[in-house]
Amino acid sequence: MSSNAIIGYIFITIGAIFDFFGCMGLVRFPDVYNRLQAATKCVTLGTIFILIGTAIVTATPAIAIKAILCAVFIVLTSPTGAHALARGSFLSGVNLWDKSVTNKFKERAEEIKAQRGEAR
Amino acid sequence: MMFMYFIASLLAAACFMCLYRIGHGPTASDRTVAIDILGTVVVGFVCLSAIVLRKDFYMNLAIAWALVSFIGTLALSKHLEGRRFDE
Amino acid sequence: MRKITLTVFSFIVWFLLVWPFDPLTGDLDVQSTVAGIIVAIFVGLFLGDRIPRKLGAGNVFKRVFWLIVYVPMFSWYVILANLDVLYRVIHPDMPIRPGIVKVKTTLTNPAGRAMLANSITLTPGTMTVDITDDGYLYIHWINVKSEDIEEATRHIVSKFEGVLRRIFE
Repeated sequence: MSSNAIIGYIFITIGAIFDFFGCMGLVRFPDVYNRLQAATKCVTLGTIFILIGTAIVTATPAIAIKAILCAVFIVLTSPTGAHALARGSFLSGVNLWDKSVTNKFKERAEEIKAQRGEAR
Repeated sequence: MMFMYFIASLLAAACFMCLYRIGHGPTASDRTVAIDILGTVVVGFVCLSAIVLRKDFYMNLAIAWALVSFIGTLALSKHLEGRRFDE
Repeated sequence: MRKITLTVFSFIVWFLLVWPFDPLTGDLDVQSTVAGIIVAIFVGLFLGDRIPRKLGAGNVFKRVFWLIVYVPMFSWYVILANLDVLYRVIHPDMPIRPGIVKVKTTLTNPAGRAMLANSITLTPGTMTVDITDDGYLYIHWINVKSEDIEEATRHIVSKFEGVLRRIFE
């Protein structure tokens, strides 16, 4: 096994560990928004590490280039998805955790709902 | 090869935790979040098969999966928001 | 001009995705390359009008330089964010203090704002929930340090705003 392959396997291990703990956060945290935070951050970075590790281990251009493209794509899309999900779940009526400190989005959510009511 | 089994079992455990959240999630939002995350974990799984079998079409699968899962997440979040899909 | 740019860009992406070389001999596959060029021309013709006319004024080389500065800085914050989440997940008491705060950005360019929102989502403890047209961002913060708008802006937004302004404006 060459030294490149060992570096790649180290990347893959770190990525898999991050994925694991991200999903653990999905189970442990108390409300949708905290779960979304933990899971989005950890799973995005973990999957990117796995993709980079794949590019290093295989070292064939056909696989490596696609892996890098896929990593760029995930970096760009996954925060957008998280943002849409957070907004959607607040507007669908899921409140924050009981022990939350502050919530400034409430007035804005009412505003959005009022606007949509007028549009219909 | 042992090492690959170890990585695959870590990812499988992650998938099962997502499935737990899909099954038990108290609200629809929880389930949607878990579906989104499951899609990203599966991309990692496909990469492992690309390494073990050395076939490049697995990476096509990974890219297509990431795309479809992103679009599915957007559609589900619009549905949660209570909007129709053509807005 | 936009159509030509989009054609070239989509051809490059297609080429990287398909990688039309024979795996054994390494020769270029002429048939699929021609097909790719034709498809790229169609994409450029039909969708070229949709990309914005100008992504901001200023020297292109300076902006690319600041983009290159931005990428390692962003990666460093992403790794910090993950260690932070890891600590909060493993800790038995879960030291979290969540809440949604409001911050203000001075960026005006839509692309810059989108980039700022994405950066905030991937950095320690914060996640964008909504952006308004007049420059306020609503941010879910896993460990609220301050509820005041200016104070929160200094904590969350200011570390990216300078570099992003140099890239997009």
